[in-house]
Amino acid sequence: MKIQILGTGCPKCSTLAKQAEEAAKQLGADYEIEKLTDIRDIMKMGVMTTPALAIDGSVKIVGKVPTVEEIKKIISGI
Amino acid sequence: MSNQIIGTPASTDQNEAVSEAGFKKNLWIIFLRLFLFILAWLSLYVFLKPFADWFTYKLIGLPPESHLGSALNFFVYDTPKVLMLLVIVVFGVGIIRSFFTPERTRKFLAGKRESLGNVLAALLGIVTPFCSCSAVPLFIGFVTAGVPLGVTFSFLISAPMVNEVALVLLFGLFGWKAALIYMGTGLFIAMFSGWVIGKLKMEKYVEEWVYETGANAVDSGDMRISFEERIRYGIDAVREIVAKVWPYVVAGIAVGAGIHGYVPQDFMASIMGKGTWWSVPLAVIIGIPMYSNAAGMIPIVQALVGKGAALGTALAFMMAVIGLSLPETVILRKVLKMRLIATFIGIVGTGILFVGYLFNMIF
Repeated sequence: MKIQILGTGCPKCSTLAKQAEEAAKQLGADYEIEKLTDIRDIMKMGVMTTPALAIDGSVKIVGKVPTVEEIKKIISGI
Repeated sequence: MSNQIIGTPASTDQNEAVSEAGFKKNLWIIFLRLFLFILAWLSLYVFLKPFADWFTYKLIGLPPESHLGSALNFFVYDTPKVLMLLVIVVFGVGIIRSFFTPERTRKFLAGKRESLGNVLAALLGIVTPFCSCSAVPLFIGFVTAGVPLGVTFSFLISAPMVNEVALVLLFGLFGWKAALIYMGTGLFIAMFSGWVIGKLKMEKYVEEWVYETGANAVDSGDMRISFEERIRYGIDAVREIVAKVWPYVVAGIAVGAGIHGYVPQDFMASIMGKGTWWSVPLAVIIGIPMYSNAAGMIPIVQALVGKGAALGTALAFMMAVIGLSLPETVILRKVLKMRLIATFIGIVGTGILFVGYLFNMIF
């Protein structure tokens, strides 16, 4: 599973990255984490409000930092 | 609040009927809680003034005319008042904002005609949530989706300019008239500046790569969310915003209280008063490079106004700090050429000057 964190590097983005990692660990999922910080890459994913979270290339959350529980639901919902 | 409103009810086929009934019951509980919360809020709010008087003059026994008594009374009354107003307004705005995602706003504004588009964009700027680090992606997203440049600017100007925290503080410390005029003039500046930038046809001063970046729209904003989740948005907004601004509010009120109690009457009149015409432009020039938030500044401004400073001058200073901050223009430099940034600062600055003089005339 590929977890992507989209954001230009504001504090919220790093919080989201930590939360996502925590969620994946708790689920025991096999994951790799990638941070997209270049605006062009972020725009290509169609995201306007950061931070955003994408799983396996599809955008799941935009413009907010979800809780670990929420991220777990999103990950296991696939 | 309890944990049950965090989760989204799973709607599988078997338990759909059950969850439907459960959801209705839940909704009643939510409304009841909201009602009780507002009732408690109101009854507490009414007692703030008598409590502050009792606390300073009876319990501690300071005479009302004394410097310390007047300063302490100001602090004890204003701190809880402003914080309570903040909680209720930020909560309400959080719920309203759950209806307006940036994606929806963009879809709505795409292809709108200039003048009407400027008005709508400025209004949407108030209620559409985004944090300042999203300014650039929002800009690209809007422009590439076919929102006219001027309309995009109206949106980007109105969002920070008409700020709910500033609105609460103005209402709490200066009354509803000041709050209303602040909102009206902020909207006006956003509409007017966007309209002028649109008329000037400055599209060529946007960096070329912006138009090459094809922003494929994701419809993530159209997910349907329940009323419970909207309440949660409101609570989250309170947590996030109030946690961030309360130290500034308290510090601002403390400094304000000191000024209120100790600075002689009419002291500020000569420096920031109505009579000195140059004070408004000076306030704007000093304000632009500063980076602060309204939360800490308005209580100080209020105390200064109490000592003879003109309200318009003080507000022009605040708007320059919030609406024209240097850090934000540095971020915008990534997508805009210098000429357009200079135009943007020039037009918004002129608008703020106008507001400053207008306030000084009215109050």
